[in-house]
This record gives sequence, structure tokens and C-alpha cells, in this order.
Amino acid sequence: MHDYILEINGVSKSFPGVKALDNINLQIKKGEVHALVGENGAGKTTLIRLISGIYRADSGTILYNGEELAHVGPHDCIEKGISSVHQDFKMVETLTVAENIFLGKPLIKKSFIGRNVDWVTMKKEARKAVRAMGVDVDPNAVIGDLSVAKKQVVEICKALQRNVTLLILDEPSAALTENEIEIMFGLIRKMKEQGITIIYISHRIEEIFEITDRVTVLRDGKTIITDDVANLDRQLLIKHMTGRQIVDIYPEKNQRFGDTVLEVKNLNSEASRLSNISFSLRKGEILGISGLVGAGRTELVRAVFGADRYDSGEIYVKGKKIESGSVLKMIKLSVGLVPEERKVDGFIPDFSVSKNVTLAGIEKIIRRSFLNTMVEKKAATDLIKLLRIVTPGANTEITSLSGGNQQKCIVGKWLFVDSDILIFDEPTRGIDVGAKQEMYNIIANLAKQGKSIIIVSSELPEVLGICNRIIVMCNGKVNGELIADETNQEEILNYAIA
Amino acid sequence: MATSDESKKIINFIKDTSKNFAIVYVVIGLVFVLWLFTRLVLGSNVFLGSANIINILRQASVVGIVAAGQFFAIVTGLIDLSVGSTVALSGITYAAIFKTGGTAFMAVAILGALFVGLVVGLINGSLIAYFRLTPFIATLGMMLIVRGAIYVATGAQPIFGFEKWYNYPGRGWIFGIPVPVIIMFVLYFLFIIFAERKRAGRYLYAIGGNEDAAYLSGINVKRFKLLALVICGVLCAIAGIILAGRLDSGQPNAGEGDLLFDSIIAVVIGGVSFTGGKGKLLGVLFGALFMTILSNGMTLLGIDSYVQSVAKGIIFIFAIALDVFRNREVV
Repeated sequence: MHDYILEINGVSKSFPGVKALDNINLQIKKGEVHALVGENGAGKTTLIRLISGIYRADSGTILYNGEELAHVGPHDCIEKGISSVHQDFKMVETLTVAENIFLGKPLIKKSFIGRNVDWVTMKKEARKAVRAMGVDVDPNAVIGDLSVAKKQVVEICKALQRNVTLLILDEPSAALTENEIEIMFGLIRKMKEQGITIIYISHRIEEIFEITDRVTVLRDGKTIITDDVANLDRQLLIKHMTGRQIVDIYPEKNQRFGDTVLEVKNLNSEASRLSNISFSLRKGEILGISGLVGAGRTELVRAVFGADRYDSGEIYVKGKKIESGSVLKMIKLSVGLVPEERKVDGFIPDFSVSKNVTLAGIEKIIRRSFLNTMVEKKAATDLIKLLRIVTPGANTEITSLSGGNQQKCIVGKWLFVDSDILIFDEPTRGIDVGAKQEMYNIIANLAKQGKSIIIVSSELPEVLGICNRIIVMCNGKVNGELIADETNQEEILNYAIA
Repeated sequence: MATSDESKKIINFIKDTSKNFAIVYVVIGLVFVLWLFTRLVLGSNVFLGSANIINILRQASVVGIVAAGQFFAIVTGLIDLSVGSTVALSGITYAAIFKTGGTAFMAVAILGALFVGLVVGLINGSLIAYFRLTPFIATLGMMLIVRGAIYVATGAQPIFGFEKWYNYPGRGWIFGIPVPVIIMFVLYFLFIIFAERKRAGRYLYAIGGNEDAAYLSGINVKRFKLLALVICGVLCAIAGIILAGRLDSGQPNAGEGDLLFDSIIAVVIGGVSFTGGKGKLLGVLFGALFMTILSNGMTLLGIDSYVQSVAKGIIFIFAIALDVFRNREVV
């Protein structure tokens, strides 16, 4: 009757300001390994969270074994046999392998003192489960001491122990070495033999072709295509993932550069997992930093900005050597960072627009050693006009603005201190297309005015559309440097994945 | 056009006050209710008599000044549990120096008291900012350490018998107004300007609002966390001198118990977010008045102190719940 274990029909899901999923249709056959691919922000994570009961769909239906999966929480989904293994494992680091595998569902034995946890059998079972995976892990080992690959095995064992029928593997290979990936593929094949259906999410195109049966491509919250892997090739898949390049929304690029204003030489940081990074930035230039999530891009710009310390290497701003780890010094040398997570470290939520934009350059509003609110308001009003920030007024709390306008306020903060080097970390994440276009215009104008810009972005069309030069990062290293107008998405992805 | 602008401004002002200073209306309401009850029960206007008003203000001065200190800790996203102990330590220091040196050493005694408040603040602040202890743990530890040290040093015996002027900070008068009340108002005036109109004040709010964003804006987060607790320590020291004067002695158990809770409640019902970043010092003044008026009214009505404690606890939980509710609205 049911060929499909999971049928998703017309599912949509919105978050304030973003439509994350738009009329998604997806059928997963029983017993297949189904790949789910797409760029960052395509909606993969949201979709998984819907399937595992963490989110609720705004509209549409999700059928699991022909039965509607509505209004259930994550716990019910696990009960029904849907388990997911995430990049960030949900295990108790201080407990042992056996304890984690049986967490929440311990084996019980009855004895003369009542119902007890049966440690002996649990350890035995745990050992058996791990052995069945072809991996040698001591059931008494504490999870925190294990390698990422072994943690993953334990996590999968935990799912199997709960009679999983649909297993979602979210970027399982991201933190694994080549050998470990092979082991994992072995596990997947074994599970497939046992009739377990697997949804496999990965950025690595090669893996899709090696291990999966069918693939669904998501882009901008829509399902683009579902097809047998055999019918596709690498180039075609990437094309589906990235889509047509929309050239129109990108402004004209500034091509007149001045002297080198920022130079990074052989930067190393163990804590931020950066190794031997060198690059430079010229006046008026826009440099893109591309790469997959976890490649070390945010870590790199934080280290350059002085927010995190680095172990060795040199950073020169306008020819001046900078010591590690001083945000204030970088700001004084007119460097500004528009961080990745607006809400986490972008602005002060309790502050008004004007207090937020003046925060980094508060000396400028001091008159006779007191903060002058008139001067502050005037400065904020000017910035609101300049950046066309949509707000009822300078005294409005920043939290009541839309994401795009909040972002403009953070840009305004650095314009207020007259920064010459602006670093944008994912400047258009979570803002709509119109606001994106405005942000591109702002950035392009800044470059024309002689400011130097670094943009970290996961969106390849964006990097290509707005940057002059692109460096591609992979595993904390710079893997390639490309001229934006002479390259394409495929080439960037090749460097990012390699 | 101009008139509608004007009326808009007035409406905005009322909106703003009702948002930031709801406590003002609460205090007015409380005064009315207590006036009514004391009128009915006691049949006299003793509650709103000038003697009682002066009395309320004088009672409010110690908790008011400590609450101002607590405000700077809380608005920065921290908390100081050691306020009561700091008050006692500075009071004892003031008493001890005064006892040995006499009136001639009054200035030294005051400076000595302020100094120990500063030191406690520095230790609290360093533990939190540089040794990364949570504010709760660091100041709880200091609360016990300081209090214990006082008992050890004094043998748990109060210090009595001073030359004149000892009690002036707590019992003196200037132009018919009690000295502690003048000190309180002057301190509030200065520190409101500090909080609203000085760079450092703005930074404390910013750190309480979002520490990471403040850090990425070039604010030396550690140094300003230290500053917040030093301000708190020094304000507690001033309160300690006043209390020592009011008690006309140096009491090892001064400020034990109620003072900590009263200061926190005053801050929270004064409209300051318990998670930091939001609220006005002026609101805290009204919060402190609220706490004092409440105990004063209840005492006049003959309600015993245990019942008062229950009432305070209820108000505390209610105020925190309101704060949580307010913050949830934003998210």
C-alpha cells in the first residue's frame, strides 16, 4: 500500500521576516538512502526539524507510513521510529557509551530489591551494538573522550536501539576523516540492508553519488528536483543547487583600487582552528571569503578584528603591525565588524537606534565631558537618512525594526566611527530579497567611496555578484584565491569541498 | 501642525513615564491605600504627618543608597549579594577608627570606611571579570567571608561610646532636613547623571544589554564590570557610615538579612530588568521609597515583622515575574 515511508505535501514554514520553506513536496521511498542537498539557507535544516517534530508546519501535510504526522513533539517522533543524528550531538558528554545509548530507556531487571537498572546487560548490549557497526569502542568509555567519528557511531547505535525506521543524518561527514567516512558508509549500507530508510544531508557532492539512491535539491525553501542519482551528474547537481545567477540585483563593481590597507600574513590559531592564512585587501576593494559552514570563515574575521586571539602570524593595518586580541585598537584604526549573528552579538536589544549606532564611537557625542543627546539624535537621524533605515524615529528600540533595518543600524555604527575597513559576516542572512539588494548597494557605494570591504558569505551568487576577489576556505585554510569575474560557482565549490 | 506635534510630545512623555516609571504610580497608590488604612484604623493623620514623612525618608536613605549600588550591578547584568556585609564592614571600620582617633579623625574614619567598600567592590569585580566566576557565586562567597571576618575581628561585640559628631551622618540635621536624606538625594542626583550622561554609564547598560555586542563595539567589558561592582561597594560603604551613625554604634550584624533583599526588590520594582541593560536609576529611588513606605505603614498598622516579611517576599516574586513577562513580550 505505502511505497513511501514519508510523504511531504505542500509544506510551508515561515519565520518572522523569512519564508524558510515554500510549498515543499518530497517523497521518501521505504528502504532508500535519500540525499537532501542545497546551499546554506536553502531550508534543509528547517525541513529536518519539521520531520523530527521540533517545528510545526504552517500549512501542508507530512505523512509517515501513511499516517499524518501532525501536532507531535520530538519525543513522539522518536517513539514512531524517526531519529536524527546532528552535527552537534545530543549526548551527555560526562556519561559512558553504554549510558548514552540507553539514555532515557534503560534496561530493567527485577530482583529481590525491586526493579533495577540492568548494567551488565546494558554494557553487553552496547558492546554488541557498537561491534555490529564494525567499530571498536569501549562501552565504558566516557563520551567526552571519544573522537567525533566514534561519537557519531554511538549516536547511531542509540538511534538503532530505539528501533529506528527513518534515520536522518545531518552532515554526518562534516567532521570526519576519509577513513572514518568509509566506515560510516559501511554503516549506512548495513542499515540499508536492515530496511532502515535514511535521509542523508551533505555538502559533499561526491558522497551523494557514492552512497545515495535518490536526491532532492532544495533552493530558497523550494524543492527544485527529485531524481535518481543515476540520472544526474556532478555539474547538473551543482547547477540545480545554485540556480540561475540573478545578475540584476548586484550593483556595478568598483574597479579602482588604492594601496593595500590590510595584510594578514601566516595567521595561525589553534583555538579558532586556523592555519597559515594569508591575504591582503586594497583600498576600495571588496574581498569575499567563501567556504562551507565550519570552514573557519567567522573565526578568521573575528581573529583579524581582534575579537579572538591568534597564536602566530602578523596583521598589518595601513602598514602598522597590530598585536593580537584588541578590538578597541582595531576600531581606533578604523576597522569595523558587522557580525554574523545580529541578535547574538550585533546590537544591544534594549537600546534605541541612536544608542546603538553611536556605541562604538561614543566619544563623538561627548560635549563638555557629558553625552549630548541632541548631538546623538542628530547623528543618528543623519545615518537613518543616509542608509534609508525604516524606523519611526531615532529613539525607537532597535528590536522593533525588521532584520534588514537592524543590519543597516550595525553598518551605521561603523559609518559613525568612520571605519575604512568594514568586515561583513553573512551580511544578508535572514533578510528578504529587497533588503538584500539595498545592502548590496550600500556595500558597493562604500567601496566606491574608497572603503575596503571583506564579505564572508555562504551564498555563492552573492560572493560572485558583489566581490572583486574571492578567497575560498576549507578546514581552516585558504584553499584558493579567485578573481570574481573570471570564476563561477562550480569552481568555488570545488575549492570549498576539496 | 505645531499643536499636534506638541500634543504628541506630551502623549509620548506620558507613555514614556508610564513605561519607565510605572513605580511612581505604584508608590502614589500605596501611599493612598496606607493613608486610608491608617486613617481608618488609627483615626489620625499620623501616616502623612511631617514627622512620619521625615522618618520614612530617613529610613529610606540606607536601603535607597544600597539599592543604587545594586542598580549598577544589576543593570550591568550582574548582582551583588554581599551588600549587607559591605555595609557592616564599612560601618565597623568607621566606628573603630572613630573610637580610637576621636572626632579629629572623623575624615579618616569616613575615608577608611569608603576604602574598605572600594576594596570589597574590587575583589567582587575581579573575581567576576578576571577570574570568570558567576556574580552569584563570587558575591555570595564574599558575603560570607566579609561577615565572618567582621565577627572574628570584633569578637561579635558592638562598638559603643564615641565622641560627638560620630552619629552626624545618620542623625544630623541641616536646615531641618536629616543629613542621610540629603546624602541620599545628592548621591541619586550625581549617579543619575553618571548613568544617563556619562560614557561609562552608557557602557554599563550596553554590557548588561548584550555583552558580546558590547565587546565587539570596543568596550572593555571586564574593566567596566569591575567598575560596576566598585561603585556598588562604595555606595554600600556610604550607606554603612549612615547606618552606623543611626545606630550610634558599630554593629557587627548591621545590614544582615533584609538589606540585601530590600535592595534587590527596590531595583526590580523600580523597573530595572533583572537580566540587565534596561531601567532607570530614578525608578530605583521610588522602588526604595516603596519598600520603606510599605514597612512604615505596616508597622503603624501594628502588623508584625514576620507578616511583613511574607508581604515582601510576595512582592519580590511578583516583581520578578512581571520582569520575566515584560521581557518575554519583546521576544
